[in-house]
Amino acid sequence: MAIRRGRGVAAINYPTGMNLGGDPTQALVHSTPTGNFMVTLSSVDLGQGMKQIMAQICAETIGVPTDRVVVDTADTDTGPHCMGTFASRGTHRAGNAVIQAAKEARQVMLEVAAEELEVNASDLETDGQGNILVKGAPQKSISIFDVALSAHFKRGRSISGRGMFLIPRSYPEKETGAMKPSTCYAHACTVAEVEVDDETGEVTVLTVKNVFEIGRALNPKMVEQQLVGGSWMGISHALYETTEPYYPNRDHGGTDFNQYLMPGPGDLAETEIIVLERPSGDGPYGAKGPGEMCANPQIPAVANAVFDAVGVRIDTLPITPERILRALKAQAN
Amino acid sequence: MAKVPVQFTLNGSEKAEFVDGGTTLLNALRDKIGDTSPKGGCHQGTCGACSVIVDGELRLSCLTLAETCNGATITTTSGLAEGGVLHPLQRAFLDTFASQCGFCTPGMIMAAKVLLDHTPNPSRDEVVEALSGNICRCTGYEPIIQAVLTAARANSQNAA
Repeated sequence: MAIRRGRGVAAINYPTGMNLGGDPTQALVHSTPTGNFMVTLSSVDLGQGMKQIMAQICAETIGVPTDRVVVDTADTDTGPHCMGTFASRGTHRAGNAVIQAAKEARQVMLEVAAEELEVNASDLETDGQGNILVKGAPQKSISIFDVALSAHFKRGRSISGRGMFLIPRSYPEKETGAMKPSTCYAHACTVAEVEVDDETGEVTVLTVKNVFEIGRALNPKMVEQQLVGGSWMGISHALYETTEPYYPNRDHGGTDFNQYLMPGPGDLAETEIIVLERPSGDGPYGAKGPGEMCANPQIPAVANAVFDAVGVRIDTLPITPERILRALKAQAN
Repeated sequence: MAKVPVQFTLNGSEKAEFVDGGTTLLNALRDKIGDTSPKGGCHQGTCGACSVIVDGELRLSCLTLAETCNGATITTTSGLAEGGVLHPLQRAFLDTFASQCGFCTPGMIMAAKVLLDHTPNPSRDEVVEALSGNICRCTGYEPIIQAVLTAARANSQNAA
């Protein structure tokens, strides 16, 4: 009987969004009378930071500072249609819809500015600080604040735009079953080191080293935040979490935070995160969906590390001490 | 049932309310007084989201009866910022991205404040111990541990 050490590696491809009957999200953008911009969505921020990212995308597209944009996700009854925040699709789908809506709003904004400055709209550019300038003659300019006031009170224009992003449904080919369920894949690889006590079956994760390829990180600190939390959730999936430990028997399922265990602050593995940025072809400013996949590669990596340590393949999650001990017993017989 | 009068000091202000007997401090704060910074995560003392400071000690407001807090001095996370300037712990939580959905954050900050009030320069193990009664399901805890250590460093630099 001994503490045995093992190392496991796993790599994954993860699709952004889902197929089903098509995967649409819509967005609306409009300006307030003072030149702030409102993004209306039915997509919901679960804490992953969607509002911040949508504000950044809208601001980048229109050409204003991010703090001039307000994102309203208040009501799925009255907001433009969104399939929802799941399948790592929020940034990719809603982001593309916001870009389209913001482009249309920007065009109206430039048209109103062109009327005020008596130039062609195509000769105008934004400075990113809230002003519209004549290309090559930046002394001739107007603030977006004044453009919005003009649109609202003088020109009778609505500085607004509609955005729609749809990944159409992909049907399988009848002969081969081949299909294209997703247009955009994120990737990850994890190496996990564990110690397994072959007397108690207990697994301790010593280190997890993760590499994530996530397209462009639109907000690098928030990406890192999600990946660090996700890596920890992956270990939790691998070793702890289930509502039905003896499925389909419902006995002994956790019913509260005391019984449905996840690693606590004292159970953390040494964690390393490396982000690779390879902008995606169809993502907003190159983004992909890193949301769910960041909790995936740790699971097979830990299972492989357990195999490396004690020579048993556990193919049911979570990898509990009981499952390891039963497998060791079966192996010995 | 007869109402019970309760008086205490909340974040420096005198509060007086009539509550039903058996009302928890959590419900009194949220529903009667309107301080929604303590969160009701489990209502059974296992998650720590409702943590507040009562007379200098960390307390689970979901397991504390409001009527036992007569005359007490209570601090919640909504009372930490002074004049629009965030408390060093709040600043550190922002700077280290230690909050995602935010539901555990007020309880975490309360637990961290009690730690730093008693132990201004804690070790990592002391931070882990202090946070071990508070559950977070987003961050993986590491950013929260870093936030508390960052706030402790900021405090010691200000003191020096």
